[in-house]
Parts: sequence; C-alpha cells; structure tokens
Amino acid sequence: MAATTNTMIIRNGYVFDPLNGIDGDVTDIFIKEGTIVSDLSGAYERDAIVIDAAGKTVMPGGVDSHSHVAGAKVNAGRLMRPEDHYKSARIKTDITHSGSGYTVPSVYKQGYDYAAMGYTTVFEAAMPPLEARHTHEEMRSTPILDMGAYMVMGNNWFIMRYLKEGDLEKAAAYVAWMMRAHKAYGIKCVNPAGVENWGWAKNVHGLDEPNIHFEITPREIIRGLAEVNEMLGLPMSLHLHANNLGHPGNWELARDSLMITSGLDAKNRSDLEWAQTRESARRKQTVYLAHAQFNAYGGSSWRDFCSGAPDLAKYINQVDDVVIDSGSVPFGPATTMTGDGPAQHDLYMLTGQKWSNCDVEMECGSGVLSLVYMKSSPVHSVQWAIGLEVMLLVDDPWKTIMTTDHPNGGIFTSYPQLITWLMSKKARDDTAKECHKWAYDKSSLGGVDREMSLYEIAVVTRANPARTIGMAYRKGHLGLGADGDVTVYDINPEKLDLNDTPALRAKLARPDYTIKDGGVVARKGEILAVPEGRRFYCRPYVDEGLEKEMHADLKEWFKYYTVGYANYPVPDKYLTNPVAIPVNSPQETIALVRR
Amino acid sequence: MKSEILEVPERPEIAKNIVCPVCGASCDDIQVKLSGDGIVVRNACKMGNAKFQEIVSGHRIRQPLIRENGAVRPAQWEEAIERAAEILASASRPLLFMGSETSCEAMEVGLHLGELLGGVVDSNATVCHGPTTMGIQESGRVGATAGQSKSRSDLVVYWGSNPLESMPRHMSRYAIYPRGYWTRRGRFDRTVITVDPRRSITAENSDLHIQLLPNSDHELLMALLTLLHGKRPHPSVERTTGVPISQMEEMLDMMKSCKFGSIYVGLGIASSYGKHRNAEAALNLVKELNGHTKFVIGALRGHCNVAGFNQIASYLYGFPFGLDFSRGYPRYNPGEYTSVDLLRDRDVDAALILSADPVSHFPATCSEYMAEIPVVCIDISPCPTTMLSDVVLPGVIDAMECDGTFYRLDDVPIYFQPFTKSPFSFTESNADTMEQIFKRVKAIKSAPQYASSQRHRSGC
Ligand code: SF4
Ligand SMILES: [Zn+2]
Repeated sequence: MAATTNTMIIRNGYVFDPLNGIDGDVTDIFIKEGTIVSDLSGAYERDAIVIDAAGKTVMPGGVDSHSHVAGAKVNAGRLMRPEDHYKSARIKTDITHSGSGYTVPSVYKQGYDYAAMGYTTVFEAAMPPLEARHTHEEMRSTPILDMGAYMVMGNNWFIMRYLKEGDLEKAAAYVAWMMRAHKAYGIKCVNPAGVENWGWAKNVHGLDEPNIHFEITPREIIRGLAEVNEMLGLPMSLHLHANNLGHPGNWELARDSLMITSGLDAKNRSDLEWAQTRESARRKQTVYLAHAQFNAYGGSSWRDFCSGAPDLAKYINQVDDVVIDSGSVPFGPATTMTGDGPAQHDLYMLTGQKWSNCDVEMECGSGVLSLVYMKSSPVHSVQWAIGLEVMLLVDDPWKTIMTTDHPNGGIFTSYPQLITWLMSKKARDDTAKECHKWAYDKSSLGGVDREMSLYEIAVVTRANPARTIGMAYRKGHLGLGADGDVTVYDINPEKLDLNDTPALRAKLARPDYTIKDGGVVARKGEILAVPEGRRFYCRPYVDEGLEKEMHADLKEWFKYYTVGYANYPVPDKYLTNPVAIPVNSPQETIALVRR
Repeated sequence: MKSEILEVPERPEIAKNIVCPVCGASCDDIQVKLSGDGIVVRNACKMGNAKFQEIVSGHRIRQPLIRENGAVRPAQWEEAIERAAEILASASRPLLFMGSETSCEAMEVGLHLGELLGGVVDSNATVCHGPTTMGIQESGRVGATAGQSKSRSDLVVYWGSNPLESMPRHMSRYAIYPRGYWTRRGRFDRTVITVDPRRSITAENSDLHIQLLPNSDHELLMALLTLLHGKRPHPSVERTTGVPISQMEEMLDMMKSCKFGSIYVGLGIASSYGKHRNAEAALNLVKELNGHTKFVIGALRGHCNVAGFNQIASYLYGFPFGLDFSRGYPRYNPGEYTSVDLLRDRDVDAALILSADPVSHFPATCSEYMAEIPVVCIDISPCPTTMLSDVVLPGVIDAMECDGTFYRLDDVPIYFQPFTKSPFSFTESNADTMEQIFKRVKAIKSAPQYASSQRHRSGC
C-alpha cells in the first residue's frame, strides 16, 4: 500500500491538452496528491501508481458545461417516465448503488455513467432559485463528479423590475445575494420575458416585444443581465437560452440576441489561484448561447423547415465574444426539459406526448416532455444535421462546445457517437443514408468536408467548456496546479481509422482509465472507486450599503412568495465538499458603490 | 402579510419561521414558545397545533421496547438497535415502510437499507396519492408552485378534496384568501368551484358546487373534455354523473374564461372508482385547457412529507414508490411491489415501519399478517402498529427536535430547523436512528460468521 495517495504517473501517452498547446506529443503526466505537477521525486515517485499509456490517447477529464442532471424538472422527467426506467437498470455492486433510467437516469447511475465515459465535471444548466435545495440534494447524492449549477434569472420579478427602472447596481446586488443564498455558479437566462408571459399562457416572439405588466423586452433583460454578469465579474458569462426556441426561422433572432452583448468587456473577477496554461485560460465571450441547434432553424413553418445554421455560423465566425454549445441530436429516445415553459407547451401541441410543466412563483418555469428522435422523420433528420453543422461550420473550435443539452437533443451517453460524426465525414454520410433525405437536402451538412482532429475534440469536450464557464483555473487541461482529472482512451492517434467508426465509438465510450484527482475511478467502463465530488458556487460581493437598499425592496416584495424569507436560502448542509469562489472581493467593490 | 416576520425585533424565547410537520402545506411561519408551562403555538391550524402539543405529551414513547415471548419489556437502546438490525438482516425480503411524517434524510437511509437488504421500500403514497402519481405517469402533470396560483389564480377548483378539513390553511395561505400580486382582494378576486359528492364545508364556501354521484369522476372529466373539444357528450352522462350537461357547460365556461385556473385534486379522485384513470383524465383536461387559457393542477398531499418520498425515491433509484430491490436493482410495479399487496400476499417476512401507522390504515388481512412477522417500528407515541411491533424505537419529532427536509404539496423542498433538541441521548433524529440501524445491518451482513448465525437463528 502506497504511503502517498492520489499520486500517479501516466507514461508515454499521446497527450492532447489544448490549453497548453499540446497536440498529441508523447509525454508523461505526473499527479501528486490529486494535482498535476511537473515531476515526482523521492517517496512520491516510488509509491506512485504508474499507468502505461503508450500507444494511447490522453486527455484532461471531460467537462460538460451544459447538462440537465439535477433538480425539480429532471426529477419530474424521472417521475413521469417509468417506461424509461424499466428498460435501463443498473445492478448494485460492492461499491456502487443500483439505479435505473435511460434518458433520465437516477443520480447514482448518472454519476457512474459519466465517469465511465471519461467525464469528471458536469454542470447543471438550470436551477430555479426556489427549488435550489432540490438541485443541491440531487447533486449531493451524485457520486464522483465535480458539479455546479446555473441559476435561472431571465424572468425573475426582482430582476425585471430593477432592469426596467434602469437600476443595474441593485440588480447586481440582488444577483450577488441570490448566488450566495442559493449556492449558484452562474447566471442562466431562459426565454427572457417570455416565461413570465407563460404565467398567462402567452409568450413573446421578438426581442423588442415587451411582456405583460413588467413591460420589459427580451433585449433589455439580456443586456441587463450580461452587464450585471460583467459588473460582478463572474467566472462564466451569461448562459443564454434565446427566445423562440424550436420555431422554424428562429436563427435570425438567435443572431440578433448574440449581438446584444457586443461591446461588453469579459471580466472574470474571481479571486483564485490559476493553474498554469500556455494559452489564456480566461473566457473571452460575453454571451454563451445554449443548445445552438434548437435556435438555428430556417424556413417559416414545418413545411419549408430547413437549417439556419450556415447563417448563424457566419455571424459567429465574425465575432470573438460568443461561445455556443451545440445541443446536438444523436437520434433515439430523449426527454426534453427546459426552463422554457411555453416552448414545451408548443412541443406538446405538436406531438401530443406526455407533458409536465412547473411554473415557479416570481422566478421562472419549466417544462418536460417525452420524445423520440427518429431517422425517418424529416424534421428530426434536419435537426441531426443542424446539431453537427453548428459545430463544423464555426471555424474556431474555441467558439463551440459539444453537448446534446442532455437529455433534450439526446442523452449524454451518445457523446462518443457524436464525436465520431464530428471526426469522420464517412460516419456522417453513412448516417445520412439511413435518414430521411431532408437531412442533407435541407442543410449544408452534406457539403461539409471538415473532420475534427483529436486535438479539436479535446477543445470542444474539455478545454473550451472549462474555459467558457471559468473553470479552467483547475479543469479542462493538464497544466501545473490543475486537478488530476485525466482520461486515457485506447486510441492510437497514429493508427486512427476513421472508416471503422463503430470501433472508435466503443473506445470513446469506455476509456481505459478515468482518473479523478489522481485516482482511478473507472477502468474500461467499470467503476472502481466512488469518491465524493466537489460543488462549486460563487460568492459575489457588493457594497454593503447597496446590498442593504436592495434588501429593503426584497422584504417588501417577499410577501408574494409562499416561503418565508428566513427559510428561503440553501444552507451549506446540502453541499458536499463545497468550493465557494469569491468574486468581486471587497477591494474591487469600490467600482460598484453607489454614487 | 408575513413581512412582519422580518421586522419583529428578536425575542429569543419565541422561535419563528418554524415549519409545521403535519400536512402537505408545510407552513413555515409557525411561532413557538416552549417553556416549563408547556408550549404556545402561533399561526398553526388546529391540526398543526395538536401535533406541536405532542412534544410535551405524556404519551410520548421515551424508551425502546422489545417484545419477548409475547411480553413487551423496556430495553436499552443498543440492545434494541441490535435486535432491529438482526430482524432485518435475517429476513429474506423485508418491507421498509417510510412514513411521511419524517424527513427526506431519514427516508433516504431507508432506501439505502432496502437496497442493501434486497427488500421493498414503500411509503404512504401507496395508500393515498399513488394513483395520482400513476396518472402522472400516463399523462404528465401541468403544475405550478403554490405562489404562482396565489398571485395569479382567479379560478380555483377543488376536485374530490376538502381542504378546510384536510389541509386547513391551504385556502388561507396559498389558494383563496391571500392577497397575491394580481389578486389583491384575496377571496373577492377568485371564483371557487368544488366538485364533491358531499356537501362538504369547502363546498358550502364555494361559488359553484358540482355535486356529482359518487364514483363518477372519470365520466364527468371525460364529458368536460368532450365539451372542450367542441362536441356534445352522450346524454346518458347526466344519469351516470347526476350532473346536467348545462351545469357542465357552465363550469367549463368558467374554466375557459378565467385568466389562470388551478385545480386541486384530493383523495376523492385517487380513491374512487377509476383511480389513476381519474387522475389521468384530470391531467389531460388541464393539458388541453392550456390551449385556451392558463391552467395548472396539483394534489393536496395529506401528510407533510409524502411528496418527499416520491421525489427522493425517483432521483435516487428512478421510481416514485413501491420499489423492489430483490434483484439488486430497483423494480416498480404497483399492485405487486406495493405494501398492501405484499402483506396481503404474505410476500415479505419482516417489516420496518418509520413514523407511520399502517396497522390502522391498511386492510385487516395486512395487519393480521404483520402480527405474524417480526416488525420494527420507530414512532413518537403508541399506536396499533407499535402494539404489535417486536422492537419499538422512540421517534424524534422532525421540525421540532431536529432539522431536515420536507417536500411541500407542490414539490418545493422546505428546509426545517428545530426549536429544541432530541430528548434522547442515544439519537438526534430519525435519520440518525435509521443510520445506526443501517450500520449494524451492514456489519452483520459483512461479518464472516453471518452465515452460521443465520443457521443458528433458524434453529431456534
Ligand atoms: S395547514 Fe397543515 S402544515 Fe399548515 S399549520 Fe395546519 S397542519 Fe400544519
Ligand atoms: Zn439545457
């Protein structure tokens, strides 16, 4: 038994570490007590676990910056879909719990499945404040993974009121308090102004359409929240789920939404020690567009539906302040779930499927629907194509992140499949042959020759998600001081055969090793250790006087809640290994004092 | 409104913002003064107040009890935990029944224990809103948190529910009387419809009472759906339901013309003929109504944390109640792995009952069988279930003596903090007690002599 723990040498692998500019070089990776170091000596070297990665691909542990894995709406999906759970069960072992669920797995299964696939960090992309305790409870029970959650703010009454009054400082003070109270990591903005209208069974359809009563437009909310985000200097930019989601012809609105934040400075004012990287590990974007696939539709109805991805990509190629995640559609069963209540109602009207909805008082909403994406469906086939176009037509991989918006476009365990499509034109052509002909007829995908390299895959599944959300201070790369999270795939880049995609897919699905904090957690898909992950959240500070003023308003309006002010926040006991990230620490708050 | 909670200067002897552990309303504005003279409770309803009084009640179970050769005797805590663990560890298929008047934290240990033992874990939903949950599994549920209805709802339908008796503060805190943002005049801004075969006090206080014949909820719901789709239901529906079609039309017009409608279903739907099909029909009606105006539906969950079990069982293992672990992974089949069916079919060989009294609420055959098998129970005061138990462990009162989580009727999780401590030195909470049992069971199961002690026990 080694005297040192979580200490390891991964020898002779082909390393892909984009934030350090390492593109397949054969080198050794050293991990000392869970952290990447340049070398090991003495007892550490002697006792280190040595992994022979010769002929294998070594990447930082996978980072998913947009997934739905914890909270009320995810659980509404589990609860209403026993048919999803009968078919997919996991038996307990001596060290792991049992579980069930295919598109909406139970939390233990979810954690193991991610780890088995080489992912070590996953962020829940929509946490309603009032139900934050629920999100944290589920994350607390999720094994292995490091996690955090974005708080849904785009239809919050306090925000809408402050922004309407033009009081950005108070809005910032409110956001700061809410993030501390609910242990949130970032700001999510879902169908701004529209979800509030859904309180009256309505929606908004343009960026300049004011909503009922609050009389605020999506444009004002997006701009306001993005400004608040940068005033506070949060690690991540605004995560935007644009209006008109899922409607033919919505690409233009998506592009216009992305223009709203242009001119803002990306400021990350988190008070942290940064691990070393060669490239800048700081985000450049001021807006991070969620699930671009669902917002890149052309045409004007389902009859003339087509891809709008080329147009959207054209804009993204011109600017430097946008990152998107793809929300790709790998076909098969899915459970759509978003904070966008009216969009889910539209989908219900279209499909007649099981549909759940939960409006959250004064804050937001959500909808859940069961769905199967079929290759025989013309629309689904185009969605598949769009989900790949948004990745392949944006030239710079540092502007894209590969997701399925799990479980909306598909489930996270299809990532290996998705990677093979991104890496191989043949794989795309093969699938297109099985699809409805709209897949290539109504998109540009058939004419796209680009094949992503393993380096680019490491960008869109590790380095960029980490950088975009501000986690690259320790995640998404293998620089000195980074977390010892590593994936070793049984893939020899010298002998990569892009024509044998089933083999590639299988190797991506079951890496040789998933290493978390310098310990092996999974080997060829089998879970070997179940450490507890960390929970990241931000603690933004603002001037005390300002916060007091904001609290006076808060008290006045709190009577419309059904939970008392004292019982509203989430106590620490709901978090395992909480990591609070101080943001906008006192010496910097001066800029935010009210004049 | 409750803003005074923030403004009243601190008077330390009065505990504020206490959560009531009785019904699904999970009222979180209770004020409590506990002293040598007893307990004074403010803001709670009669039902809630009665529960708070139990903390000073002489009936409280204060010592572990063990039944031996038919006679019950007081026992030491360690001995009782050991005996409880032995009973569970030696059972081949134990039933773990997680009552609703305790925290999610305690229930979670129960689920882990069930998984470890290959047993069945179930909860009160099995005999109350289980059918409603199954309806959701057919249809989905269009709902909202309570405050959404409080601020917006101008039409409220109580269907098969009688909140004035089952959830006394539902009307005053959430649904009818509060002055919400768009309902500033409270009751005067809302129309109330009650659908109930009886003239309940809720019905008496409503603007429209649809007095349908018992067990005709499904027919009435389907007739409303038919009307909503612009067709006329078959005239025989008047005979079946006892409701004239003209009255159905009146009701539907009210529903379609409101701005925000809320339906609260009760056990009148889940327990009458049709069961989960009634719930499914109600849920479908609400889904369809959203094509016309805003409508939401929720269940009035009777016990404080009955919703909590559904939530945690779903996220931990994937099913909301009646989870069978006998194959090492969770299985769900209501009617097969649910408590009443298992007991009636004599399909379990031991039981642990946490904070519930199934002997009083289950069919007699189930209780008779429970008398035959070893039963461990955790409870605060004597009840028929404690009477037939082989081991009784004193319960700790959640929300009064320990902290934890309840899920409210609308699935909003509420964190509760105690105003006093557990009266026992040997346990802090029911979650703690469950944890202690779990550890013992695990130790027994992993001990090498386990197999031989098994033989020994069956020999006696
Ligand atoms: S309504 Fe229910 S939760 Fe509220 S005080 Fe009465 S019993 Fe307690
Ligand atoms: Zn999403």
